[in-house]
Amino acid sequence: MESHRVLRESQVMKIHYVTGIAAIFVVAVHILMRLIVPFELSLEYDYIIANYKNIIYVLILESILVLISIHGFNGMRIILLELRQTKRWENMVTVVTISAMIALIAYGTRTIILANGL
Amino acid sequence: MKEIEQPSRNNLEGVKGWLNPSRYGWERISYWFQRLTGVFLLIYFIGHVYETSTIVNGQNAWESFLELTQTVWGHLFLIMVIGASTFHSANGIRLIFTHAGIGLGTPSRPDYPYSPTSLNYRQKSGIWIALILSAAAMFYGFNVLFGE
Amino acid sequence: MSNTENKYEETITLKVYRENRGQKTGSHYDNFEVPYKRWTTVLDALLYAKSYIDPSVAIRYSCRMASCGSCGMKINGIPRLACYTKISELETSTIECEPLANFPIIRDLVTDFSLFFNHHKEMQPYIQSKENSENDTEKKTFSFYQSPEDVDKYLQFSYCIKCGLCYSACPTVGTDLRFPGPQALAQLYRYYADTRDESKNRLNIVDDRHGIWRCHFAGSCSKVCPKGVDPALGIQLLRSYMLGISKNNKEPAKKIEIITDEEENNDNNS
Repeated sequence: MESHRVLRESQVMKIHYVTGIAAIFVVAVHILMRLIVPFELSLEYDYIIANYKNIIYVLILESILVLISIHGFNGMRIILLELRQTKRWENMVTVVTISAMIALIAYGTRTIILANGL
Repeated sequence: MKEIEQPSRNNLEGVKGWLNPSRYGWERISYWFQRLTGVFLLIYFIGHVYETSTIVNGQNAWESFLELTQTVWGHLFLIMVIGASTFHSANGIRLIFTHAGIGLGTPSRPDYPYSPTSLNYRQKSGIWIALILSAAAMFYGFNVLFGE
Repeated sequence: MSNTENKYEETITLKVYRENRGQKTGSHYDNFEVPYKRWTTVLDALLYAKSYIDPSVAIRYSCRMASCGSCGMKINGIPRLACYTKISELETSTIECEPLANFPIIRDLVTDFSLFFNHHKEMQPYIQSKENSENDTEKKTFSFYQSPEDVDKYLQFSYCIKCGLCYSACPTVGTDLRFPGPQALAQLYRYYADTRDESKNRLNIVDDRHGIWRCHFAGSCSKVCPKGVDPALGIQLLRSYMLGISKNNKEPAKKIEIITDEEENNDNNS
């Protein structure tokens, strides 16, 4: 029953804490980048595309995407697991949250790659 | 695994028990806010990734989407997001310290009035700092978005 | 004398939850007008109602001094011990008495503690020491040596009276039946921190999806505990060991073999 689990719950929670702390730093950088330029400029199409060409910015965006997806969907998994405890529900929660996480990361990475190539 | 019975049979408080945090003090309120802001931020994050992805469809798509979000309601929503993320981060840092056993006091011999050392002034001030930082960030965001 | 007695001879309304799960007749609230004095506890008031107004009210109580943990109930919405709560400290004109939340109701204010005790049993709440299990044939008698500092590490958690107030207050217990609850987890820490215990398995018992990780330090357990056990502290300290932040460097308690007078005489004679 327990042996097919890939990760022990303590390992999952360590990932949750680490992604949370790391996300604070990268999100702070993301927000600061909007605050150091005039507000209207930060929303202009050309300015944003120029940012996407910058490899450092791309890496920051990608790490925000991965870290927050993991942290957020794991948090959702925890809340959903507390609501009901049948085997069917628990398996469904695990499958849905992990697939939603992968889907969001894939979609966001696609955006970054396409915007970088434009 | 033993069959889990219906909540009503078990007299479980259920989700309704989550909805009234003020009867147990500040730590319960901060737990409630942490959950609420977490779910709210997750929903916002999914929307944000979708929203910013419109840029790959060209300048026209981007600007028509901007018209949707650069409105008064859009700005107010963003201020809520700023407040939620600041509280969630600051309170999260406090929780990481407590989960590591730091800032809670040490076990001792209980004596009347049996005040629990884990609910000490450090925890309460940590919660208050998170709330104040969140309010300050919302205020600053308001100035940036609605200022001049 | 009679003046001061009249000053405090007031009545209060007790609103008591009534239900009989066995009969399935639904639930309702009964109001009882009960006189009270300055030091009257909620338990005193309930027993007055039971003695003089309605004998069918079901209440569990025993020691009347916050030592047995029997009289836990929800008073004005918060889990409290009825014998430990004075009417005068409640400051409302109606006092609402309901059975503890998160426990199945048997009748009126009496609840079923079986799942609560089962969770406690899952934690293996007893000292496990190597010598006891291996050399049974030799049957040596040992006493453990513990300094006052060793005792202080777990003493406050050993004062738990299993009243169930913390289990009732916990938000996770409110939705998750497989979560052991603050009482069981604090008792796990009580044995983990005890230098007499040598079990290596304790942390694995709760390293589970519904184990210690579903505690989020809402602190309600410690807020309602009447004995100052502070289960939230025990759980966070246990968690720090599970995260690897606190290292378990406790030295097992020294065992001192007890030689009885009879054995000593045999040794001297042989």
